[in-house]
Amino acid sequence: MNTIVLVKQVPDTTEMNIDKETGTLIRKGVPTIINPDDLAGVEAALTLKETYGGSVTAISMGPSQTEGMLEELYARGVDECFLVSDRAYAGSDTWATSNILSTAIKSLEYDLVIAGRQAIDGDTAQVGPQIAEFLGIPQVSYVEAIDKIDDDKIFLTKAYETYSQKLSCHLPCLITTLSEMNEPRYMHAKHIFNIDKKSVKHISNEDLKLDETEVGLKGSPTKVHKTAVKSVQKKTIKLKLSPEEAAQKIIDTIQGKEGARQ
Amino acid sequence: MNYQDGKDIFIFIEQRENHIQEVSLELIGEAKKIAKTRAFEMKVVGIVIGYDTDQLVQEVVEHGVDKVIVIDQSHFAAYDTLNYTDALEQIINTYHPEILLVGGTVIGRDLAPRLSARVHTGLTADATHLAFDETDKHSSLLYVTRPAFGGNLMATILCSEHKPQMSTIRPGVFDKPERETANEASVIAFNEHFTNDASVEILERVEKHIDMVAIEDANVIVSAGRGVKHCLPLIKSLAHKMGGEVGASRALIDEGFVKKPHQVGQTGKNVKPATYIACGISGAIQHTAGMEKSETIIAINTDEHAPIFNVADLGIVADAKAVLSELNARLKQL
Repeated sequence: MNTIVLVKQVPDTTEMNIDKETGTLIRKGVPTIINPDDLAGVEAALTLKETYGGSVTAISMGPSQTEGMLEELYARGVDECFLVSDRAYAGSDTWATSNILSTAIKSLEYDLVIAGRQAIDGDTAQVGPQIAEFLGIPQVSYVEAIDKIDDDKIFLTKAYETYSQKLSCHLPCLITTLSEMNEPRYMHAKHIFNIDKKSVKHISNEDLKLDETEVGLKGSPTKVHKTAVKSVQKKTIKLKLSPEEAAQKIIDTIQGKEGARQ
Repeated sequence: MNYQDGKDIFIFIEQRENHIQEVSLELIGEAKKIAKTRAFEMKVVGIVIGYDTDQLVQEVVEHGVDKVIVIDQSHFAAYDTLNYTDALEQIINTYHPEILLVGGTVIGRDLAPRLSARVHTGLTADATHLAFDETDKHSSLLYVTRPAFGGNLMATILCSEHKPQMSTIRPGVFDKPERETANEASVIAFNEHFTNDASVEILERVEKHIDMVAIEDANVIVSAGRGVKHCLPLIKSLAHKMGGEVGASRALIDEGFVKKPHQVGQTGKNVKPATYIACGISGAIQHTAGMEKSETIIAINTDEHAPIFNVADLGIVADAKAVLSELNARLKQL
């Protein structure tokens, strides 16, 4: 069972603040983390390896600083890590990103590709299914449990809004995982000592040879037109009141509204 | 993909067990609204894929589309990623939609990215606002706005060089149009031959035994944030007395005080009750994104600079616990 798991380094969005003067996000000093849904994918891949044998390969796309995160994955027990990085890839939207990552994956052997359901910075949930299409393999998204692997099939539980579904899918395939599906393991001392012996392998556009019209900003069908911190200005009546006054004011407001409706 | 002749808005009508998902109907309403702002005729076209779909088609027509394209074949009864992608690819190749909107459900967000990769076009995820260029009424370029970075930022995305312009849309953001039995539309049966891919096999449906509350349907929501995490009984009691439901900010869900189905906001539910009472909620965009459309918003917070006051109709700078106790006592008397 050879599994490729896709991992993204993301800013911890719960730690993010807005510069009220400029209306932009302050990214400086915001800690980076392994995207939670991806970390569940790593854990799932390691569990599969323990049960069925084989290998776990992690691939990330991002700037060179991403290497630190991949080294951490070695410490968790991943066998091989690749960093796909090239200046030409900057500004890629989900289509271009999927195009790049799927090209990198095509040179590797795999039975299963795992991607996190979505990254907490972009929240698009698009790269997994798009990579599956580029690879020409079936996909199952929103996986909350891997039940078993039997011959050439993987048995999964998929989460819907208010129910779940048990299904099977022919291998090779791609699944996207939810962070709720497992508890990621800690880094292991045995593996931490191995980090020195294992280095992150780099893949650039010299390897992938993609045309500049299909990567980066130029190769992205979608463009960010503008970003804004959401401003909602309403005419708020703001009052400092005692609890008694406040309760009365609230009751009046609600009843006044009911009166107006009748 | 790139073609010149597209000018209509297509909507993927999502059905599960022959029930149309609400978001698909919401999209019809919004598509009609924005289509009307154009100086040229822009039709709203529903795509129905399923089996034994007559009732569905009728429902789509009565919600106001101009045209329905129907694929009615037995192997399309239940959603399947590859089969539905094939079907929509052929519809795109045949009818050249300018825009294709898909509800941002588990199914929509599985299907739309696969399809966008297949036909090489741009896809914007989980949008909450759609608009055309106001200054150029002949333009069909869609300005799609969506929250990013956990709701901290709103990004407007364009897809100007590829077609169709695709987007998944968050459920509950737009209003469902009235159903009018007098509405009429042309119905086109698109019964080409489709191969049935059997890579994925559905084995069984498993019900989740979670606390199923539908706060989206509540008329009143009393919502709790970090500031009141130790007086939840007061929140519950008030919600109960007002015939409403309990809501909560993400902080309380993450900390385990309140269960996930009660979560309001970016990563929870979108609600628009008649009355929304935000107690001890600071009002991060993460939260306000999901409740700012409520009819009347009352906010109680000790911090007079809390951003929740920016979206409130009535803001009360006070200790929410004390106000809640007082409200509970008075409502008993009513």
